[in-house]
Amino acid sequence: MSVSPMQKTTPIIQVDRLSAGYGDTLILDGVSFSVFPGEIFIILGGSGCGKSTLLRHIIGLEIPRHGTIHIDGEPIPSEDGTVSSAVLQKIGVLFQSSGLIGSMTLAENVALPIRQYLHLQERSIRDMVSLKLRMVDLEGYEHHLPSQLSGGMKKRAGLARALALNPKILFLDEPSAGLDPITSAGIDRLILRINESMGTTMVIVTHELESIMTLAQRVIMLDKAARGIIAEGDPHRLKIESEHPIVRQFFHRQAGSETR
Amino acid sequence: MEASPPPAPPSFRSSEPPPGLITVLDGTTLRIRLHGRIDRATCSDILPRVSACFRVTPFETIEIDFSETTRFDDYGVLVLLEIRRYAHRLGKPLSFVHVAEEVSKILELTGFDRMIERSGIDKPSPPNVLVRLGAFVIECFQNAGTVVSFLGNLMLLFLYVLRHPASLRYDDTVLYMRTTGVDALPIVGLISFLLGLIMAFMSSLQLAQFGANVFVASLVALAMVSELGPIMTAIVIAGRSGSAYAAEIANMGISEEIDALKTMGFDPVLFLGIPRMVAAMLMIPILTLFSDIFAIAGGLLVGVTMLDLTPVTYMSQTLKSLRLFDVVWGMLKSGVFAFLISWIGCLRGFQARGGASAVGHAATSSVVTSIFLIILFDSIFAVVRSYL
Repeated sequence: MSVSPMQKTTPIIQVDRLSAGYGDTLILDGVSFSVFPGEIFIILGGSGCGKSTLLRHIIGLEIPRHGTIHIDGEPIPSEDGTVSSAVLQKIGVLFQSSGLIGSMTLAENVALPIRQYLHLQERSIRDMVSLKLRMVDLEGYEHHLPSQLSGGMKKRAGLARALALNPKILFLDEPSAGLDPITSAGIDRLILRINESMGTTMVIVTHELESIMTLAQRVIMLDKAARGIIAEGDPHRLKIESEHPIVRQFFHRQAGSETR
Repeated sequence: MEASPPPAPPSFRSSEPPPGLITVLDGTTLRIRLHGRIDRATCSDILPRVSACFRVTPFETIEIDFSETTRFDDYGVLVLLEIRRYAHRLGKPLSFVHVAEEVSKILELTGFDRMIERSGIDKPSPPNVLVRLGAFVIECFQNAGTVVSFLGNLMLLFLYVLRHPASLRYDDTVLYMRTTGVDALPIVGLISFLLGLIMAFMSSLQLAQFGANVFVASLVALAMVSELGPIMTAIVIAGRSGSAYAAEIANMGISEEIDALKTMGFDPVLFLGIPRMVAAMLMIPILTLFSDIFAIAGGLLVGVTMLDLTPVTYMSQTLKSLRLFDVVWGMLKSGVFAFLISWIGCLRGFQARGGASAVGHAATSSVVTSIFLIILFDSIFAVVRSYL
């Protein structure tokens, strides 16, 4: 059996037997998977299956009950319960509600991580902010406050901020949720362009079928009842070949039982 | 479950020579070779060295050579922008050679070709004083219009509730009565007690010289019941409950709850404003009464322990000094203050637009405006009383 290129590559994210939950509720139990450099990896599943919980654990916002997470070989969180500055510079996060600071303009929002981590002159920071906003087609909106933007524009601005430090890995939580199909397709195209041009590894949480089929090179599907992964692989193949009833329901948009 | 291979990331040459700019004068062409990594990790070191490239003279054209570039990202574009600035300043044409595919992709992604020389994110210069003054006056008039219009709306709805008592949301009103009144009693009581104590102590220092200790009771009672009781209670409630009204309503506006009420056919002012107003107007006069009692108790403590007065003497002097009119006047004032606090709290909440900062602004603004109006109306009451 030949060895695939993936098997030869060291994973950039390694999740091993992760268990997570809130209070008495266990949401994820023994979840393991790997993400490889440069790939677009999608975490999908129905509402309440723990997609966002998994993402929050990977980026270090929550502490796992059991199991380990490594980003680029470093444990998340580290022994002192925090995420190191070195790891924080390797990741960018686009939150579901964009997470832009409401009292700051877009330029100030995008400049935040650049000022925090890089020692650049003010003119270079302004140039870089301008470049980042141009990348997401928000040129000319530098002085706008987030409240003055539409939902799609907020997402793109959040993406520009997430990209500010050219992270190795970009985490996107529901990047196209609540957007019209044209705007949503625009965000998908932007994600593809960034992945192709900069080689950024993308970890996307979504349940938008269109986006999954357009973007994903590999997916894992979570299920609420299983508290873990029920399918993994190429979404196009899963759609055709998977025998799992929930996977079939998901990819063929069939109604399922809510009482599961 | 077996995973399929991911695509290979964009490739660069694996050898990593030290990064930098190598300048070569080739005839009349200044060739700048971007050497090694020109990216986020190196740009802060390379950028200050750009100016040194242009010390070579004379040259007519500038050529940027990417043949030795091993890694390039959009922070590398910052270096190009810096070189282009110098080229423009000197009026020399600029061209690129040996541009790798990876570099092209980054240049395309960042829209380098379309970048104008001047970055567009400099803050616009502020308008002159006259324009700002004009804008301020216009804003004041617009604000006054909104304030009066909201006041009219509130009054009309209040009259409507008096004629249609069933339209009042009783559960909410009782809840706000508890939060505005009952929950505030400890702090109002404590502040009033201490105020009465301080007044009695300070006045006794003067009155004791004339052997008029007993008039400490009169001073505390009159000052608290007609002036300080209503005003102190109103200020505490403005800070405690008025700001909460503003923040709650502002937050509801931002999270589209008020829009939802409108679409369901509710009048948001009737739904959210009137219960708060009714609760405040019922509870603040009662709190004022408690404030008077606690202040007199504070004065009594000083009178008995420091001024050799008996409790009976102190209380009989207090009752002798007070008229029913003074108590009613104080409560009437506190009723008006309650109206002002709820009016401004709700107004600022409904006016809030934007994000989280708007909530803070609404709360702060409601406290400042309420306290100003409380003092203003107290002055009006003082003038009116002088004619009674």
